[in-house]
Amino acid sequence: MMAKYEEPLLNEIEEDLPEEKHDVERKELNIPNISRHRIMKHFLRLSQMNYGVDTGFYPLGSCTMKYNPKLLERIAKMDEIKMVSPLQDESTVQGCLELIYKLEKLLCRITGMDAFSLQPAAGAHGEFTGMLIARAYFEDRGEKRSNVIVPDSAHGTNPASAKMAGFNVIEIPSRNGMVDIEALKSVVDEDTAALMLTNPNTLGIFEKGILQISKILKDAGALLYYDGANLNAIMGKTTPAKMGFDIVHLNLHKTFATPHGGGGPGAGPVGVKSFLAPYLPVPRVVKGNGGYKLSYDFPKSIGKVGMFYGNFAVLVKAYAYIRMKGNMLEKVAERAVLNSNYLMEKLRSYGFEVPNYGRRMHEFVVSLSKFKEKGIRAIDFAKRLLDYGFHPPTIYFPLIVDEAFMIEPTEDASKETLDEFAHAMKKIASEDVELLKNAPYKMPVRRVNEVKAAKEPKLTWKDL
Amino acid sequence: MKEMMDFIGIKSIDELFEDIPEEAKCSIDLPPPLQEMNVEEEIKKMMKKNKTFYEMSSFLPILKPHYIPAIVDEIVGRQEFYTSYTPYQAEASQGMLQALFEYQSVVAELTGMEVANSSMYDGATALGEAALMAYRIKRRGGIAIPSCLFEAKKQVLKNYAKGANLKIHEMPCKNGLPELREYNGIDAIYIENPSFYGVIERRGDEITEVASKSDALIIAGVDMLSLAIYNPPEYADIVIGNGYLGNYMNFGGPLLGIFACKRKYIRQMPGRIIGATIDASGKRAFTMTLQTREQHIRRGKATSNICSNEALCAISFLAYIAALGRNGLRKVAMQNKNNAHYMAEQLEKIGFEVPFKDFFNEFVAIPPVDAAKLNKKLLEYGIQNGMLLNNPENSILYGVTEMHGKELIEEAIKKIKVAMEEIE
Repeated sequence: MMAKYEEPLLNEIEEDLPEEKHDVERKELNIPNISRHRIMKHFLRLSQMNYGVDTGFYPLGSCTMKYNPKLLERIAKMDEIKMVSPLQDESTVQGCLELIYKLEKLLCRITGMDAFSLQPAAGAHGEFTGMLIARAYFEDRGEKRSNVIVPDSAHGTNPASAKMAGFNVIEIPSRNGMVDIEALKSVVDEDTAALMLTNPNTLGIFEKGILQISKILKDAGALLYYDGANLNAIMGKTTPAKMGFDIVHLNLHKTFATPHGGGGPGAGPVGVKSFLAPYLPVPRVVKGNGGYKLSYDFPKSIGKVGMFYGNFAVLVKAYAYIRMKGNMLEKVAERAVLNSNYLMEKLRSYGFEVPNYGRRMHEFVVSLSKFKEKGIRAIDFAKRLLDYGFHPPTIYFPLIVDEAFMIEPTEDASKETLDEFAHAMKKIASEDVELLKNAPYKMPVRRVNEVKAAKEPKLTWKDL
Repeated sequence: MKEMMDFIGIKSIDELFEDIPEEAKCSIDLPPPLQEMNVEEEIKKMMKKNKTFYEMSSFLPILKPHYIPAIVDEIVGRQEFYTSYTPYQAEASQGMLQALFEYQSVVAELTGMEVANSSMYDGATALGEAALMAYRIKRRGGIAIPSCLFEAKKQVLKNYAKGANLKIHEMPCKNGLPELREYNGIDAIYIENPSFYGVIERRGDEITEVASKSDALIIAGVDMLSLAIYNPPEYADIVIGNGYLGNYMNFGGPLLGIFACKRKYIRQMPGRIIGATIDASGKRAFTMTLQTREQHIRRGKATSNICSNEALCAISFLAYIAALGRNGLRKVAMQNKNNAHYMAEQLEKIGFEVPFKDFFNEFVAIPPVDAAKLNKKLLEYGIQNGMLLNNPENSILYGVTEMHGKELIEEAIKKIKVAMEEIE
């Protein structure tokens, strides 16, 4: 269980160090002088009020909260990584360049793409990069294509990224939890630049019509974009290339076990088929006689999307993970999918509703809508789960499922954990309405008033 | 596993993947798994090919070596922080939320702004996002930036500006600072302090006047450490920067982008924002807030597509600031300034010209020999000299921090002198 402290804010902790005199232009600086021991206690206490992957089951749908191997952390702490500047002469960063080069090659093999850029700092950043590549490709061909299609089940970042790159977004409805092929056909035309798709989709369903979908796009001269958020489900079974995708972004912090860091840093590499490689961001790492080089010699490149070459320390961790797993990444996918299907059937056997019957991949979405008449919402279930020691699933997403509870157990959950979780869900379903509405009880704080936070924004300690 | 398979009614694992069309199926083309120790060995071997700051004194600007107290590593090494996800469930994330609230507070204090978000990817994407934010507020479609700007920032801005079709005007630079002038049809003027050439920007009134005549917002790009001793850009509407404090160089990432602004623009701000509120018992609590700006709710109409940010780097930043306190920050900032000025003086003594004198920890110096040749020669002596610039001609941009003590500088100067003689 998590600790319940009333830990003051930094500025509320009594300053216990004497003021030192410095003759400086800036006279006022409200940063407290506090002893190191008190600072350590402060952050230790804060950490003890936070749920992590090592704390317990964290089945957050679409986020792939798998165990972060500790070796990855140790490796990334090397001075040869930490204390290297991105602007150093190439001859002094051969190790970094080699790792980037080799990781690109590994990601090509996992996805079937022909070239990668590791520059994007996160998944959405990768999507934006991918959309800029699509834009540059059509501009280069002298085609004016202004529309990007996304299914209504897509991650919110998809339409937002397409929009940021200057495209109009056309949303198409789902049918039986999958892309409605007829609806797709009706919107694809010579103005279509791309379709953004994640497969398996956010309902955890594999888009069975994927080859038909890719043909529709190809016939129209448009591109197919793969949102790699759900790659964990299919490694070793198929690849985005085999499915007909042209551009891919991966979330190394999901599939490849680099930690999420409380919201970041991630890494969102972008891979493309060879005909799109000239448009990838620069610099690209190339291998020559004298070793590895950062090359800017790609005249059709979209240029840069980040300050340097990506979140390198994250890339190192992903490389280590891929080397640790090797071709057994296939087993990762198998266990993740087995866990998900097992938990789904277990919950179904307890009377929970999972719309759109059929097989699921790495995740599935429960609809808690039948509890609405009792006055119980998905959020109440989520908060009560906290009292049972579980991190709740993603809630109210995807938007197309009423009272959605999006569950992704990952390959790391044991049968025992899945059984305990299902059992907790069953128990909660029979609990008193009032008990649920007021949950949680055992957390560091009781239910947090989010409405008040938005209505009267208090965003720094000065606002308090 | 057998038990689980029985429960869901499958005989083989392959049945789980039967929805994948036969033509799309394939196996994975990777070598077999390595043992942990072999993975560690392989990567160590690879990384040995790098030269660290400890092996090779470096005077590169932009992203510089800083000393990070051990307590920072200890704090961000807590699994509760580094393995957790975005704090969607506030009750299970109070630690991260309070820390990020403190981060926002510290950023607001340092930058002199009223509000801050909980991080962008880096200083360059923060600039791109700031330009888009200014466009949402002013709706004109342009931004004026200094022509003297780190090339990567220009390129990233260009990409962020594409979608909205923003026109980018470049203000020519003179004496290390952009020449201020009025523009028509711009949403914002972007000013850096210190400038790309390291020069302290002291023209607050003039900047305000020009921006006001152009009816444009002012975006200020700052160096966060310099704000411990220099006055914050109070004239700005949006303040951005590279939030390197407490974070290692890591060959360029992860970094974090600082993003702060005036309160009245908060609803146009990109990124995650943490707010204070109360829980059901009336106790203070923290939560993500103003989420209706964000992509997971507004989708295509969001203020930005950003989802994952650099939260853990923000915690490193906060832990660093907390550990140093006002005393420590000022001390380190003064060390940076003093060391940089000492280096500049020493360079002048051996014949370099230092054109701009009012600087913090980065400065331009022009050697009496060919700068490119000099840098190449110095590599042989185990010195990574500053970054070469074309303008001013044959110049070098130096970066000096608290890690560049007197001894290190003097040792480097000796080698620079020898290298210069050898070139001539």
